[in-house]
Amino acid sequence: MEFAELIKTPRVDNVVLHRPFYPAVEGTLCLTGHHLILSSRQDNTEELWLLHSNIDAIDKRFVGPLGTIIIKCKDFRIIQLDIPGMEECLNIASSIEALSTLDSITLMYPFFYRPMFEVIEDGWHSFLPEQEFELYSSATNEWRLSYVNKDFAVCSSYPPIVIVPKSIDDEALRKVATFRHGGRFPVLSYYHKKNGMVIMRSGQPLTGTNGRRCKEDEKLINATLRAGKRGYIIDTRSLNVAQQARAKGGGFEQEAHYPQWRRIHKSIERYHILQESLIKLVEACNDQSHNMDRWLSKLEASNWLTHVKEILTTACLAAQCVDREGASILIHGTEGTDSTLQVTSLAQIILEPRSRTIRGFEALIEREWLQAGHPFQQRCALSAYCNSKQKWESPVFLLFLDCVWQILRQFPCSFEFNENFLIMLFEHAYASQFGTFLGNNESERCKLKLQQKTMSLWSWVNRPSELSQFTNPLFEANNLVIWPSVAPQSLQLWEGIFLRWNRSSKYLDEAYEEMVHIIEYNKELQAKVNILRRQLAELETEGGTQESP
Amino acid sequence: MEHIRTTKVEQVKLLDRFSTNNKSLTGTLYLTATHLLFIDSHQKETWILHHHIASVEKLPLTTSGCPLVIQCKNFRIVHFVVPRERDCHDIYNSLLQLSKQAKYEDLYAFSYNPKQNDSERLQGWQLIDLVEEYKRMGVPNANWQLSDANREYKICETYPRELYVPQIASKPIIVGSSKFRSKGRFPVLSYYHQDKEAAICRCSQPLSGFSARCLEDEHLLQAISKANPVNRYMYVVDTRPKHRMQSWWATQKDIGRIIVRISSKVWNDEQIRESDEKKRLNAMANRAAGKGYENEDNYSNIRFQFVGIENIHVMRSSLQKLLEVNGTKGLSVNDFYSGLEGSGWLRHIKAVIDAAIFLTKAIMVENASVLVHCSDGWDRTSQVCSLGSLLLDSYYRTIKGFMIHEHIHSCQFGNFLGNCQKEREELKLKEKTYSLWPFLLEDQKKYLNPLYSSKSQKFAVLEPNTVSFNFRFWRNMYHQFDQTLHPRQSVFNIMMNMNDQNEQLEKDIKDLESKINQHKKEQTDGIITKELLRSVHSESSILKTSLCFKEQTLLPENDSLQTVEGSSPADNRYSEYAEEFSKSEPAVVSLEYGVARMTC
Repeated sequence: MEFAELIKTPRVDNVVLHRPFYPAVEGTLCLTGHHLILSSRQDNTEELWLLHSNIDAIDKRFVGPLGTIIIKCKDFRIIQLDIPGMEECLNIASSIEALSTLDSITLMYPFFYRPMFEVIEDGWHSFLPEQEFELYSSATNEWRLSYVNKDFAVCSSYPPIVIVPKSIDDEALRKVATFRHGGRFPVLSYYHKKNGMVIMRSGQPLTGTNGRRCKEDEKLINATLRAGKRGYIIDTRSLNVAQQARAKGGGFEQEAHYPQWRRIHKSIERYHILQESLIKLVEACNDQSHNMDRWLSKLEASNWLTHVKEILTTACLAAQCVDREGASILIHGTEGTDSTLQVTSLAQIILEPRSRTIRGFEALIEREWLQAGHPFQQRCALSAYCNSKQKWESPVFLLFLDCVWQILRQFPCSFEFNENFLIMLFEHAYASQFGTFLGNNESERCKLKLQQKTMSLWSWVNRPSELSQFTNPLFEANNLVIWPSVAPQSLQLWEGIFLRWNRSSKYLDEAYEEMVHIIEYNKELQAKVNILRRQLAELETEGGTQESP
Repeated sequence: MEHIRTTKVEQVKLLDRFSTNNKSLTGTLYLTATHLLFIDSHQKETWILHHHIASVEKLPLTTSGCPLVIQCKNFRIVHFVVPRERDCHDIYNSLLQLSKQAKYEDLYAFSYNPKQNDSERLQGWQLIDLVEEYKRMGVPNANWQLSDANREYKICETYPRELYVPQIASKPIIVGSSKFRSKGRFPVLSYYHQDKEAAICRCSQPLSGFSARCLEDEHLLQAISKANPVNRYMYVVDTRPKHRMQSWWATQKDIGRIIVRISSKVWNDEQIRESDEKKRLNAMANRAAGKGYENEDNYSNIRFQFVGIENIHVMRSSLQKLLEVNGTKGLSVNDFYSGLEGSGWLRHIKAVIDAAIFLTKAIMVENASVLVHCSDGWDRTSQVCSLGSLLLDSYYRTIKGFMIHEHIHSCQFGNFLGNCQKEREELKLKEKTYSLWPFLLEDQKKYLNPLYSSKSQKFAVLEPNTVSFNFRFWRNMYHQFDQTLHPRQSVFNIMMNMNDQNEQLEKDIKDLESKINQHKKEQTDGIITKELLRSVHSESSILKTSLCFKEQTLLPENDSLQTVEGSSPADNRYSEYAEEFSKSEPAVVSLEYGVARMTC
């Protein structure tokens, strides 16, 4: 298929672009296969380059011959284009609609993008499972790499290489896979070096209504326990939901079959409940006319911060089990690809200083989200302005980033990255020139040959020139476990995401710049003092030798 | 002290306010003439000034003892459990008496002795010179004069002696106007904008019935209007809300003449117009009761503006509701936000700021003077006038400037000890107590914003955006003693330390450079005396110890700020995530005396 077929009108003159906090710009609108471009034909005037895949929804309006297209983006931005001529306007609108909803992944921009920068380090090879495992192998020999899934036959949503208890062989893993939802047998998510406790994750056990059991499954997870120790199973669903799952063949671990494990049920929402929450929140944030009462009640009704609190609380509970109770844990919900990953990854942020560095956080995203099979393609297909109520669209990853932001706010010096880094990840998960977030799991990515055909996000991010904008100037390594407060008074609306396009951040940016300035000045002064001290010391020794020949 | 029956109770428990599993600290409770003191087993002290106590409550007896809940005016809430009911009862009764001192002379401020001598004390009180401050604003001048009308507090007891009024306002006019205004609080100058030659004035409501008028008052308003040479009209801002008199309004069919003049060209928002009209009608209602607002017919060149700020009773109960909700254990996000909404607190804050912005725009955009009043002109009027001048004048955003600002708006006309200048003089405060300001100034480093730069002065006028989503619950104020709720690392503290450090480093660089130059000079001159060398050596060793940094690392106090606060093993926050683990951990309750660190 040629993009030209979809582009009915490639170019319209005298189009006026309206954006919040910018003066209107008149220029020429061009449509390409992947971008919507507005060029003002004046030097030094800002142009608009918008990826079609970033477009969530469009509205059309007509007043006489003047048409208006309102473009709502997946990053929550709303822009308006005034297009003279009804036909042009309709053509542009239908072209945008077609181009922003391409159904074939291989037509997406990452397959066409040619980077303008030199690749210093290929991001596709930055976080290999073998390397990640090496970090643990110095501390423990109770675990091994298993290649049982190398052709994705055992579990389609798992990567080819997973970490499992050493004492469990691949044959047992195959059996366990038949007992767990989606073949997602328990695998290692995190090893706590301090006390050797672990976090594992899996899909729900397929106990069904007749209480099916699987000896290998029991053996596998028991293999992770120290003698005489009990572990915790954190089910991210409420007991009620977990019980209902039995009717559909799912279920939860029965006490009788897992006597060494104690089950804790939490209730983290999923799917459309989160999506509706996001839609309500963005709607509330976009309406500047709300009076105080209405704003607060809309914010409350969105339930967004309730979800944040619930996810954070569960992650803190998991971290508490590992670090304070000295117990290993297994985490799962239903599929083990959404709330499970929110909890395992946030628990690592709390427990593991490395995951609070830029590289470590990237590794965490790679390990706990991409390789762990969070279906990005499905979840991030549409955003807050979509009308289609598809079950699989859900801001699971955004909620995770929001939770990280909440912890970052409470520990502003313990993270190597800043808020911009999190915002950048949000943007790229929804629309990107890079292939990293394409596909739903490693198996799909393999088939798409993303490594060969697209550029990795990490290849770009990890260039020193890019890293500088994502680095937290206040960072100082903190090797401790960080316990965030989850009280409602301590949680806040993530303004950098939700109010980003609704207010000017000029004064906040100024304050941030001032802070950076103070820190840089401090470094400069310290360096200067060091040089001068050395100089003086040299002069003194010279003087000393002169004095006593 | 006659009120104190029991001075010491042992084995008292201090409960963690937010703990869902009733964590507590055990210690000893002491009652002194001025403070309640709790010393826990870790020797940590919690001091509570009796004067700070807002309420004491004895809860029903439990198995572990008699609970005593003390709420303080600074938002500290402590929950003790006293083993014996008898002791609890004694403490309760004592605190009840001690916290309700009827006489000013019994207050702590009268017995507090910070070891200052008399002249230092006098200096402290002289720190804030209002005449100087008005001079800074450019008053007196051709249009405004210092009036001696109230020198003996004869016209208005609650006003200070020195008052600024329009040059053309004669004493009879002032006296006449004061008789027409509630509590005699006639229109006086609050803030003068030198560039615009426009003024913010304040007063109380007029005591007019439907037909009553006061020519002197009308003259005085004319005088204020004329004192502004640029603009012919002025605004009268009534800060009261609409629904206060609505019940009365419902019964009235004959409104009389209501002249609704859409006053503003700048604020031509439809919604504002509609609500203005309602507010205007309500002010009419107030007028029938003998109090109210100025009849527009009698005042020419005056534009009336209504902004709806609630009275102190509504505000007080709003704050109470807010604190009640936030004190709930295991509060959910939804309860927090519906409580925040239900309390109306942020709505009130927004109303005050909106009114202040109105003032600012009137002066900056229209060059118009503004007269602000509510009922008595000492609560809402103070809020609006002071906030308005804070937005207008960057001087009030400096520490010294803000002190003067507070003094003008709170002390001179309203709050702190005593209710007005006359009362304060009668109390002989200047002889018997100490001024707060020199203490704050001495300690000002603690209160400095590390990110403040005089560069920001170029935006002389602040224009806050009052879209609802820009308002947030002020956790650092209302939970200042609940440290578990706060961020564990404070950017502001770190920046503050870094600023200090930078200052020190600048000095060190100068020192080092001069020493190096000296050395070089000596070497070229070839004169090296033992003495000089010795002095250089000794100084350089001092330098090493005083700076004590490794290359490219921060001073130790920074380290401690970042990591110790980060998460010490003693941090007990983790035990709040679930009740699944009821294992007893060594509890650390972080109730500290003093104000919580400011965090951003």
